[in-house]
This record gives sequence, C-alpha cells and structure tokens, in this order.
Amino acid sequence: MIYVIDGSLESLLCAVFEWFERKPGKIILQLEKYYQPDAFTAKFHVHADQKKADRVWIGLKKKLDKSWMRRFYCTFLSESAHAYNSLFEFTCYIFSNPAGSEVNYGNAHVLAVAQIARKVEREKHRMEAFIRFRQSADGIFYCGVDPDFNVLPLIMNHFKNRYADQQWIIYDLKRHYGLYYNLEKAEEVNLTPEEEKNLHKAIGEVHAVKENLYAALWKDYFKNTNIAARKNTKLHVQHVPKRYWKYLTEKMGT
Amino acid sequence: MLVKLRAMCERLREKLNILADAAKYDVSCSSSGGTRKNNNKGLGNSHASGICHTYTEDGRCVSLLKILLTNHCIYDCAFCVSRKSNDIERAAFTVEEVVSLTINFYRRNFIEGLFLSSGIFKNADFTMERLLKVVKKLRLEERFHGYIHLKTIPGASEELIKEAGLYADRMSINLEMPTESGLKLLAPEKSHEDVKRPLGLVQNQIIQFNDEKKLIKSTPKFVPAGQSTQMVIGATPETDKDIMHTADAFYKNFSLKRVYYSGYIPISHDNRLPLIGTQPPLIRENRLYQTDWLMRFYGFHVNELLNDANPHLDVDIDPKLSWALRNLHFFPIDINVAAYKMILRVPGIGVTSAKKIVQARKFGKLRIDQLKKIGVAYNRAKHFIKCADTPYQIKDYQGTQIKSFILAESQSKYLKNDVQQLILF
Repeated sequence: MIYVIDGSLESLLCAVFEWFERKPGKIILQLEKYYQPDAFTAKFHVHADQKKADRVWIGLKKKLDKSWMRRFYCTFLSESAHAYNSLFEFTCYIFSNPAGSEVNYGNAHVLAVAQIARKVEREKHRMEAFIRFRQSADGIFYCGVDPDFNVLPLIMNHFKNRYADQQWIIYDLKRHYGLYYNLEKAEEVNLTPEEEKNLHKAIGEVHAVKENLYAALWKDYFKNTNIAARKNTKLHVQHVPKRYWKYLTEKMGT
Repeated sequence: MLVKLRAMCERLREKLNILADAAKYDVSCSSSGGTRKNNNKGLGNSHASGICHTYTEDGRCVSLLKILLTNHCIYDCAFCVSRKSNDIERAAFTVEEVVSLTINFYRRNFIEGLFLSSGIFKNADFTMERLLKVVKKLRLEERFHGYIHLKTIPGASEELIKEAGLYADRMSINLEMPTESGLKLLAPEKSHEDVKRPLGLVQNQIIQFNDEKKLIKSTPKFVPAGQSTQMVIGATPETDKDIMHTADAFYKNFSLKRVYYSGYIPISHDNRLPLIGTQPPLIRENRLYQTDWLMRFYGFHVNELLNDANPHLDVDIDPKLSWALRNLHFFPIDINVAAYKMILRVPGIGVTSAKKIVQARKFGKLRIDQLKKIGVAYNRAKHFIKCADTPYQIKDYQGTQIKSFILAESQSKYLKNDVQQLILF
C-alpha cells in the first residue's frame, strides 16, 4: 500500500497516526508531487491534520530524549523519500517497543535515522564554516547558499548569537527563502524572484574598496599559511569539496 | 588621499604575508573547548566543537587567524625561520592592525578567532606586554567573544601571564624538541625547564579558578580551553618512544589538552639539521598522532605501544594493528560479550562503532552484516573478532600472515609511491 504525503512534518506524523489506526500492514510513503497512480497498489491520501500530528509528536517526545528528537528533525530536513520512509518505520518501531529501543543499532531503520541525521548535521556544520559574508552598501552582511539539505533552520541560532551586533541575511537560493537578522531577532524572509534579482544587484554594488581589501587580505593569508612542501590535494578536496568552492572567497579565481 | 590609502593597504598586505608565513609552522589551529557566550550583544561566541572555516592546500584546518606580532627575534634557534641569523624580511604589526584584521575577518565569517604568537623582541616581558595589549583591546574595547589562542612567552613575569589568562581561551608554549638534549643541540639558549615553569603556573591558576567557580558562580574564566604544546619531529635523532614518553609525561603532569607533533620542514643550511629539499616525515607524524589518539581515547598506556623492545612505530601499519598483532593471545574476542574496553582495542573498530555495538547487542546477537552497517571496517576486524554468524575457522594464522592479508587488501595512502613495481619481463 502507498501512503501519499505532502512532505510537511505534519503529514509525516499523520501518516504514522493513520497507520496505527488502520494497521494496513506494510506501506510505502510517497510524496504528492512524485506520486504516479499504479493499478496494482492501493493508495491512501494522508491529510495533514495539526491535532493528529501534535498527538504523535507529544507521544514521541515521551519516548525519546532531546538528542533523538533532534535526530528526528534533522532526518526530516534531509527532504528525501528514503529519509521519510526511514522516519516512518522508525517512529512505528519506537511506538511498538519498550522505551530505550532507539539505541538498537542492529535495526536498519534506527541506524538509517542516526546516519541520515549525521549527514544533515555535517551539512549544517559546513554552512557554519563556509558561509562568507560580504557587506552591502546599506551595511547588511549578505551570503547566498544552496545547501544539500534544508539546514537554514538549524544554523539560525548559531549566527544570531555570533553576529549579534551586525545585520545579516543568509539566503537559500535553491529553496527560495532566507534568514534575516535585524539586530533584534532573526526571522524567515521570502522574496519574489524580482526581489531576489535586486538583492544580487545590491550585493554587486558593495562597499567595493573595503570588501575588496579584505577579500585580498584573506586570499593572501590563505596562500601564505599553506606549507608547499606538505601539499596534499586529496586531503584538501576531501575537507573542502569542490561544490562549496563557489562560496569561498579564498577559492575565487582559482 | 587615495594614493596614501592604497599605499597603506599595500603595506598591510606585505606585513600579513610575512607574518602569516612565519607563523605557519605552529601546527595548532584548534578552536574547540571555548565556552564564551555572547551575552552583551557584542561580537562573536565560541562553538563548543570548534569550526574549521577552510583548509589549506596541504590539508590543514584554518580556523584561526594565525600570525606573529613580529618576526624580529633575539634568539637564534637553528630550527626556526625567524632566527636572528636568518636573512629574511622582517615586519611588525601594530596593536590596532591585529585588532582590525581579526574583527574584520571575523565579521565575514572567515575565522573563529585569533592565534597570536610573536618573536621575542627586546625581552620576554616587553613581548608579552604587547600580546596582552592586543587581547585586552579585543575583549574590552571591541567586546569580542571569539576564540583567542595566545602564546605564553617563556620568561615573562607571573603577573603578565596571569593577566593574559583572563582574556585568552587557550595558551600554549612549544617544547620545540622532544628531549632536553635535542633542544640543547639546536637552541642552546633554551631549556625544557623554561617551558615547564609557565605551563605549571597556568595549570595551577586553572585549577584555582575552577575551585573558586564551584563556590562563586561569577568567577571569571581562566584559559577555559586549556593548554597545549608542540614538538618538532625528525630534526633531531629521538626515537618514537622518546617522543611519546615525553608527550605522555606532559599530558599527565600539566593536564595538557593537546600535544602537537610537527614534522620538520627543512628551512636551513645548518649542518645539524636535515638538508633543504628533504621530504618532511609525514608518515611518521601521522603514526605519532595515531599513537596520541590511542593514548587519549582508546585506553592504551604508552608502554603498550612503545617500549624498549619496540622503540619505533611501524611505518606500513598503524600502531593499533601493530599492537594487536604483537598480542594475538587476546584475540579473537566475541563482540557479543566482550567488555567495551576490549572492543575498543580491535583494529577496524573506532569509538563510535564500539559504543553502538555495546548498545545494540542488548537487543540480540549481532551479525556480520549488522557490524558492517554500523561502520566497522570488517575486513580488518574479522581477524580479531567473533560474532553470531562468524564461520568456523580451523586454521590459526600467525601475526605476519594476518598482516599480509590486511596489507594486500588495503591501499595505504602513503606507500603507493614508494613501493617499486617488480618488472617481470
């Protein structure tokens, strides 16, 4: 049987709720936008219902500690069908077994959630490392990114606490939303395609002299702190995969 | 006006080039262990695990802006680029320049903080005072809460070191050479005693502040990320045993967070040192770090890994495997009943996998496929473990046989260039 969900956290949790209510046996979750009707498999459309979702969420909280709830959320942010299915199976497993079952790494779904969550945390950490701000003419520090997973919600607090005295925008160009910190609080911003274009333009006209000076200084530093006799390109690329080079000031022009 | 500005920028770039280049032989770039919070709407905070913002082309982490305040130095240590007798360009930053570079790099998320070291100009106190000025300005005037790693200058007065500790997250002093005799050979003016005194001083202060903190919550932080040191490897003829025993003693006596091992990179024509152009001992350095990790995270005692019978680490295999092969009487162990401490000692199983195994086996006996998924390097570990579906094995292999099996199926990242292909025809 196929359960069709819309991809929101609520719909995922509701799928769990509906499964326990109906007990249809083995099911597969599919996203609405990728669902293709199939003559031989029955489908059930899961309606995202806030109340049902809350019940499942509260139930989960009773069974799992904070670190596992975070793993659950991280796995959800990976946005893949495999992750949604693993989460579904994991949640059913947790509800059907005594407390403490989440450390059964011999179980494929438990292990899958732990491993996907780890990948998402790694991407989050990379964003904390590789984001490079440029100050625009109006004083706002800006950076556009396109992370593999939807990690902006995870990095918000880090940047808010760190850059408490400067305004900044981190914009996810792939998912078309961003974070804006206005010295008071950080919040989500959605821009129209038109506004997105204007933003790029505004960034283009940055404090040219100052920004170019610090970019040049940073590039100099990057070059001079390297020890040529120890060159190890394989390790370098392993730590800084090429898909991130486009963000990195020190890698521009290489 | 613009011309003047441009000239100033050019001079700043020159200085950064010289003083970053001179600082790069300091290995440490860790930014972990800091606990500073940004609670006054200032700039920056510490990330508990540290962040590497980029990596140089030699694969080393760049976390901090690592620079010397100046490369003028009154000492003439043979292994150091900044030695008095070396004919190189000299430069010095002003306090304002270091502060402004740090703040501006930090604001753009280039770095986690500052690593500030210096050549000794005039005398130890004068140098330490200048370093202190930089950190004080950063912390007090700029309200900067990022990470600061400060070099303790050996010979500086107690008051200065104690004051610096209030603003720095980590302090360090380099041992330079693993043994006193090695140091005397290359830097007759220095001694290990000069290093031990300030290390001990800072250690005592840390303990004292922590004790006070238990009673009075508002006690300020004192070097919250602890102390570290560094030794140069391969410049003098010490054995691996000498090096690791020194490291072990410093870990124990001074509760150091880290000891760094830096493969000597030839920079001098001095005939006491390896020739310029000699390859730095990278494999050896790697094996020393592996040993260091085994001591700190895997419960190994330094004597188990390096002793009079085995004063050197194997180059072709890692120290954990080499210990296991020397101690085959402990193996094979049953993964489903063995103690955690013993599982940690199996080659091919790391801390994460060992923890998962211990948790997972409560739910049923673990099989080979589960171990593989958990992340065990099974092809390596299989010679040392048994699990639920391990095939029965009649033959008992010798250590040398196991070693050749493992070497045959693993690709060493180092040896591939050294091994000569046999020519058959």
